[in-house]
Amino acid sequence: MDVTVKIKRYDPESNNADYVWQEYPIAIDENATVLDALIQIREDDDGTLSLRCSCRSAICGSCAMKINGQGGLACKTKASESMDKDGVIRVEPAGNMDTVKDLVADFDMFWNKIREIEPYLQPEGEVPDGEYVVSNESMLHLSAVTACILCGACVSDCTVLEVDKSFLGPAALAKAYRFTADPRDGNEDGVSRDRLKVLGQPSGMWDCTRCNMCVQVCPKGVAPMDRIMAMHDQAIEAGYGNNNGARHADAFIESVGHTGRLDELRLPVKTVGITNIPALLGFAPVGWRAMTHGKLPPLIHKSVEDVQIIRNLYRKLEQ
Amino acid sequence: MKYAFYPGCVSQGGAPELYPAAKLICDRLDIELEEIHAWTCCGAGVMQEKNQLFSDTLNARNLAKAEQQGLTIMTICSTCQGVIAQANTRLLADPDYLAEINGYLAEEGLEYKGTAQIKHLLWILIEDYGLDNLLPHVTRSLGGLRLAPFYGCYIVRPTEALGIEDHPERQTSLETLIETLGATAVDYDGKTKCCGFPILTINEKNSMSMVGNHTSEAKDLGADAMVTPCPLCHLNLDGYQPKAARQANRSIDLPILHLPQLIGLAMGISPSELGLKKHIINTAPLELKLAGSTSS
Ligand code: FES
Repeated sequence: MDVTVKIKRYDPESNNADYVWQEYPIAIDENATVLDALIQIREDDDGTLSLRCSCRSAICGSCAMKINGQGGLACKTKASESMDKDGVIRVEPAGNMDTVKDLVADFDMFWNKIREIEPYLQPEGEVPDGEYVVSNESMLHLSAVTACILCGACVSDCTVLEVDKSFLGPAALAKAYRFTADPRDGNEDGVSRDRLKVLGQPSGMWDCTRCNMCVQVCPKGVAPMDRIMAMHDQAIEAGYGNNNGARHADAFIESVGHTGRLDELRLPVKTVGITNIPALLGFAPVGWRAMTHGKLPPLIHKSVEDVQIIRNLYRKLEQ
Repeated sequence: MKYAFYPGCVSQGGAPELYPAAKLICDRLDIELEEIHAWTCCGAGVMQEKNQLFSDTLNARNLAKAEQQGLTIMTICSTCQGVIAQANTRLLADPDYLAEINGYLAEEGLEYKGTAQIKHLLWILIEDYGLDNLLPHVTRSLGGLRLAPFYGCYIVRPTEALGIEDHPERQTSLETLIETLGATAVDYDGKTKCCGFPILTINEKNSMSMVGNHTSEAKDLGADAMVTPCPLCHLNLDGYQPKAARQANRSIDLPILHLPQLIGLAMGISPSELGLKKHIINTAPLELKLAGSTSS
């Protein structure tokens, strides 16, 4: 099978250190992975190509990179399924991180964020005589998160990290959930209050934009964004709901629960808090522009027909 | 052709130009719309995060009503499309869960059997209506226009709920439509990224960076306008573009069109009828270019 592997290369020691795209037309086995193709290039065509790999079986997490613009493991991606109609596969180093050389990304930022969430159990109550007994159910639930192999594909493609490197990011937040959802962490009831407080600070869990990118690119089904959403719930439950993110979710569900639809005019006001005058004034120019263009949401928010049915459901399921 | 129409809150709220534009082009294309009676908000992913059971119950209610109508659901919002499809996937995956929710719906005499189909107008035009049938309606050539597609997260991810495996063409559907209408699709990195709207009131700076990045990337590649099937993206990309431009310390001025507006323009419908005057970013330069390409 003929394929052209187009690699985004970078050599910090060359005179004009900049990215260059280099093409390698090669013949590979039908069943070859993208990693097989890259190793073949390094062995047979160009010994200067740098890349990271070890297990070749999607276990060690070292070969994450961008394949056709999307983060993933090169050893878990079939070359035949990655070629475009011209037989080209585009390969780049993982995104959102600096590049050391060619396809080798600098993982310092990644590990710093993992360290920041203190990735070890922190029980607060009495130490039990024997071992901590944990239900099978809660361990099964956690196993989906502990499946993370720390490859960095989610960090590579995170749309928030792209604009703000201070964001904790999907990998560290999913790792944090691994502890907030562990019954051994936190107080006797397994509530990790201290963690949830810290994780709710700016650059933490509420900064996730719910774009589903991490869910899509994770090669292990960890679904980091879904864990972040679950952590929002834990934080509100633990009493850390005094922020825009939590108020936004509250105001949203209340609006729909009472009228069946979203009241777009009142949502932002309730989110920042009715007494937050500076933030409310911040909305004014946008509101004014909307009004002068005839697109301010209706001032009187109408309820759907049969709204009593919705209100009953809301009372039963939410309150 | 007839669909159970699910307009979504934003098409009648923050982006009121969308609802009439969608109705207008469907009418001209002989696509009959029967609005789902007393439909409720899909939850936009926000409600799911707080109370999945409640939001899935409301979506099951919408789905059951469409099922009674015996029609495929038409959405005109990427977020509604993705959120309802995800709820449907959860309901179909777990019979006990579906039974529990049907228990709540029973009080209203409703039951969701699990047969509803949910499709965005974008997919309907390509898969059901057919581009060959659309072409005779195209009376105004968009030749010479460069248009940047902007999908909206929920219509591209996660792929399982969206049937992408069976319909890989959905991943390039916007480009397909743009090119069919005679314009050139601008290819750029941002087209499947996040518009930043969900964090607008939580981290405005980041939200504005996203708007600024995508619109200026498209603009710098020569785009005359951006087209989106998602009114939530439109709110941010259009409504907040002046603020994003200020933060980026540059001018952008890229008009953002709703998908039905683009189709309407190609069908020769006037910009004012399609509600272009309601946009925050002035569409006059685009209209001027359009007029030029029609007369030439
Ligand atoms: S080489 Fe170990 S995960 Fe790919």
